[in-house]
Amino acid sequence: MTGKAANPDAVNSGSAEDAKEPDTHGEMAREREPLLVVKDLVQEYSTRGPGGVKTGTVHALSGVSFELYPGETLGIVGETGSGKSTLARAVIQVEEPVSGTVEFRGKQMNGMSRKDLRAVRAEMQMVYQDPFGSLNPRWKVSDVISEPMLGHTDMSKQQRQERVEKLLEIVGLDPSIYCNRRPIELSGGQAQRVAIARAVALEPALIICDEAISSLDVLIQAQVLNLFEELRQEIGLAYLFIAHDLATVKQISDSVAVMHLGQLAEIGPAEAIYDAPRHPYTRALLDSIPILDVETGEAKRPVPLKGDPPSPLDPPSGCRFRTRCPLAEDICAEVEPIPTEVGDGSSRPHKVACHFPLEPGQMLPNRPARPAAAAATV
Amino acid sequence: MGQNQSRLENAPILTVENLRVVFSKHGREVQAVNGLNYQLSSGRTLAIIGESGSGKSVGVRSLMGLLPPSAKVTGSVRLNGRELVGLSEKALMSVRGKEIAMIFQDPAASLNPTMNVGSQIMEAIRLHNPMKKREAEVKAIELLKLVRLPSPETRIRQYPHQLSGGMRQRIVIAIALASDPKVLIADEATTALDVTTQAQIMELLVDIQERLGTAVIMISHDIGLAANYAHDVMVMYAGKVVEHANTKSLFSNVQMPYTKALLGAVPQLTTIPHSRLTVIGGHPPDLSNLPTGCPFAPRCPRATNVCTAEEPPLERQNDQHSYACWHPVGGQPLEAAGTADVLKVDAQDGACSESSTSTQERAVFASSLDERAKR
Repeated sequence: MTGKAANPDAVNSGSAEDAKEPDTHGEMAREREPLLVVKDLVQEYSTRGPGGVKTGTVHALSGVSFELYPGETLGIVGETGSGKSTLARAVIQVEEPVSGTVEFRGKQMNGMSRKDLRAVRAEMQMVYQDPFGSLNPRWKVSDVISEPMLGHTDMSKQQRQERVEKLLEIVGLDPSIYCNRRPIELSGGQAQRVAIARAVALEPALIICDEAISSLDVLIQAQVLNLFEELRQEIGLAYLFIAHDLATVKQISDSVAVMHLGQLAEIGPAEAIYDAPRHPYTRALLDSIPILDVETGEAKRPVPLKGDPPSPLDPPSGCRFRTRCPLAEDICAEVEPIPTEVGDGSSRPHKVACHFPLEPGQMLPNRPARPAAAAATV
Repeated sequence: MGQNQSRLENAPILTVENLRVVFSKHGREVQAVNGLNYQLSSGRTLAIIGESGSGKSVGVRSLMGLLPPSAKVTGSVRLNGRELVGLSEKALMSVRGKEIAMIFQDPAASLNPTMNVGSQIMEAIRLHNPMKKREAEVKAIELLKLVRLPSPETRIRQYPHQLSGGMRQRIVIAIALASDPKVLIADEATTALDVTTQAQIMELLVDIQERLGTAVIMISHDIGLAANYAHDVMVMYAGKVVEHANTKSLFSNVQMPYTKALLGAVPQLTTIPHSRLTVIGGHPPDLSNLPTGCPFAPRCPRATNVCTAEEPPLERQNDQHSYACWHPVGGQPLEAAGTADVLKVDAQDGACSESSTSTQERAVFASSLDERAKR
């Protein structure tokens, strides 16, 4: 599989082999080579005042590390400005990171020649939030989907057209209707399906979804989420799934990384992160979600976290969450916590960057939940 | 309509009867809202949920006369006994922003980037209540304290770009509260915010409602949010109310298959990773060419001949719960549709695949799109 990117002809015939690959779940994944290894990624931007004078540095990413295995999904959650999108852009080398490394299939991507980078990018594709913003309005759907094949393979026009039709079927759109449509003639869900078909066109091993379903309606969201899940099972795709909706991320992820102000607060198996979070920030995020149990109709009101997120221009010393953390003590301002394995017996690593990690099931102190509106007054 | 008692405890300040909005476009008539009926009392929150295009926003914007000239509004909207439909633009000016205020989704777009936030709040204060600049500034600072913006005396001189999204939304709320409105409409007011900020803003709105007794209409696509903060919930589909009930009653005893489908499609914090979501195929109907019968029938797994022939009225109800459906699900899962009284859906009715897994189901789904394309 490793040589696939270098050999464009393999793209066409690769699907049958990939489909036969066993589901790479659970312990099996441990024995395999990681698809993506990100180490100590740092990304900084300068802010400039009048006359281009440097006025400050935005610490967008500060030492982010994780591994992603083939056929697995890593969900990335965090508030606005936590560096989720910067991370995606640094992984795909749209912007070269200040320091740190990104390895894809064992090959280091920073400092790669443009030609090599092109070959690697054929194997990692992105799906963005606004499908209409990422589709050229003047192009037909078939042109949109066949463009990556034009750039990365030497398929004939006939071959490309056949592949476009196959891809449209995969994403659940009838080729005879949609091939000649233009983006304006599509609904939001259909346009996002076209964007996904384009991303899958070169049979990538990794798809990076940057808020890919956030702008869609609930019912369409469910369809697209199911489609992602089918593609993962059928062609063994791995995903880096960035979203701000924690429930959606749990639905699709094997592991979840919680980002806070450019750092990983916690990373671990999805169930552990949601059922027994160790970082106070993860707990606070989960507590902020208005919950409805669809089985019983019980609602649980969120407990808000006090204070605003600090500015990435001037992050707090030590732990960057300490200004909002109910458990913070003096040491949190002095020493920056490093991600440490908590060892809860799972096959996937579970790391927490906190001086006072929560015990499984422990709640944050002094945070009484208010009852839901209907229960309170009726 | 014998709505529930709790809603009649205090006299409603807002009564909407048979509200219809029709847009005329290129000789076609788009029926965006088809007969809304509801009442709202002080201190209560009504949530309106539904897909985009279901008429949620158009329905509330028509209350304030915020629709383009191509819209024709009929029916009756009474605010404290005063009829709002058919008011002149000038008369509406005294209602809009004063009696009914609105908060929109994007706080950055609601604020003027070239004016400091203090001037924007003072403008809103002095528009409905002429007073000296200095007095208005004192009132503005009071409002900023009400919305719990830290250090209001310095913030008042700042511009929107200097504030975070949550702070901007607090400013927008302060402007909305400037003339002490009776009804506050929050149209996806927290959708653009982080969950942490959303929780803060919702808590603030609850607090303000308790203190000032404001009635709130909350439009949201987030069902969890509606379930937590609303007293009553109204589910809209194709411009019609398909289910309207007390929040507790609605979510513990869902009747309308569409509401059930909405709930099944939302990922829950309790779901196991990689589990499938329940999906219904098809699309909302074309509002310029509504089918006869129930608008949801073409997508509904429980639909029968009666559903396509006759429209179910929003009448069958108990005290707290009304719904428009011939075959209510009665709190049961949607899949349990194979009971004796429910026939299989005709192929012509369109696709009703629970999920689009198999290629066969996909083909059905695609053919329903095909039909839509031909129309």
